[in-house]
Amino acid sequence: MTKTLTRKPSRASAPEATALYDIPGPVTRRRHLMYGIASTVLIVALFGWIVHLLFDTDQFTAQKWTPFEYKGIQELLLRGLGNTLKAFAYAAVLSLALGAVLAVGRLSEHRVLRWISTLLVEFFRAMPVLVMIFFIFVALKVQPLPALVAGLTLYNGSVLAEVFRTGINSVDRGQREAAYALGMRKTQVTTFVLAPQAVRAMLPTIISQLVVALKDTSLGYLITYEEFLHAGKLIASNLDYDLPFIPVVMVISPIYIGMCMLLSWFATWVAKRQRRNLKTRAVGVAPAEPGTLLPGGQ
Amino acid sequence: MDVLTENFSLYGKGFLGTVELTVYASALALVLGFLMASFRVAPVGSFRVLGTVWVTVLRNTPLTLLFFAVLLGLPRFGLVLPFQLFAVLALGCYTSAFICEVLRSGINTVPKGQGEAARSLGMNFGQTLSTVVLPQAFRSVIPPVGSTLIALAKNSAIAGAFSVTELLGTYKTLNELGYSIIWSFIWIAVGYLIITLTISAVFNVMEKRWGVAR
Repeated sequence: MTKTLTRKPSRASAPEATALYDIPGPVTRRRHLMYGIASTVLIVALFGWIVHLLFDTDQFTAQKWTPFEYKGIQELLLRGLGNTLKAFAYAAVLSLALGAVLAVGRLSEHRVLRWISTLLVEFFRAMPVLVMIFFIFVALKVQPLPALVAGLTLYNGSVLAEVFRTGINSVDRGQREAAYALGMRKTQVTTFVLAPQAVRAMLPTIISQLVVALKDTSLGYLITYEEFLHAGKLIASNLDYDLPFIPVVMVISPIYIGMCMLLSWFATWVAKRQRRNLKTRAVGVAPAEPGTLLPGGQ
Repeated sequence: MDVLTENFSLYGKGFLGTVELTVYASALALVLGFLMASFRVAPVGSFRVLGTVWVTVLRNTPLTLLFFAVLLGLPRFGLVLPFQLFAVLALGCYTSAFICEVLRSGINTVPKGQGEAARSLGMNFGQTLSTVVLPQAFRSVIPPVGSTLIALAKNSAIAGAFSVTELLGTYKTLNELGYSIIWSFIWIAVGYLIITLTISAVFNVMEKRWGVAR
């Protein structure tokens, strides 16, 4: 009965009433519009000044942009992009696998296994990814691609292990009890009952962690792996084209940022879709919103 | 073992470099993140758009790309600063996007009634935000701000690869001097552990003192 009475808060163009201010009246709205116009003018002016500076320092001369016309250079960039995606694909698959293994280890009934996997997870989460990559690359003398993939796998795998573990722990107790009551063994309970529900509930967080892996493939640039940024650097430091650093940044960043944004939007989309989905709501896993996207964010 | 004792000053310099970078970049990230968070909750639309664009772009930028653009790109633009300052700029701006989101979620935890009470006392937006809402929001965001700053400390390793004096960068000199590379890395790892554990200890103390009991 009461359900029909409670109305959803209306979504106007202004944000809903927060703790911070009332829904503005006509005078305040006019004042806010003025602020809005003033600040927009200011921002546009700042932007214009930057563009002016760019022109002033000859960033738009034809010479600096010609390299992008050559087929060889376009191919170089594409190859770099391909290498970036290759490293990402390896790192994603391997860290999902490592995450699963470590999560199983942490949930194990054998104390030794549990301790070892806890130790590994805590250590790899505490180390900067770059230190691990450099260690594998310099000290163990591994090729750039495997070193990059191994570093990313160790780090993201241990973060994902925690994600899997919280997912499995947050599946409703009744599910586990019912499965045991049916006579399933622990392995069966985990693989057939808990894991599918946990993965489903944690999917947005898992995808967000993959965004971190995608972003971190650019660390390969620092160990001379020939990825996208490396290709950009090659072009940028070319004297024939008058060192086109700014044009290269202007070409490369939208592609990089676009890729990551697509993947994070996918995570948000999955999260939204799940909120509407009755099946996942029944599991009742609380905060499966996209994670922090932050390398090192716990 | 000898690597540390024989190169104590080198390690010390690198360690201090990382600490300095972390402290300055944290300060910048906190200030910028606070600014952007207040933009994102402001009643004026263009401020909100600015805050949202800032956060969305920076959150999806690989930090290496940002370092590349700032440390190698900006000088071509006519802006020449010491590399360490550039690194602080890149790290601080990058982390500010995460700080902003943390603060914003903290602001959302403050009950609406608090703001309503403040307004009924005649406070304006600035007063409500600074004297009523933010102090309460601050208490609930201590742990996530802590882990964001730990991530910043770890991310500062990238600056070393761009030849800023920093802990990870010391491996290069040690390698050239012919020291055992594995031991050099072990001491570098210990250095990072000291820094991150210190940050997390500081934030634990802060949480005990000011945190919201749940």
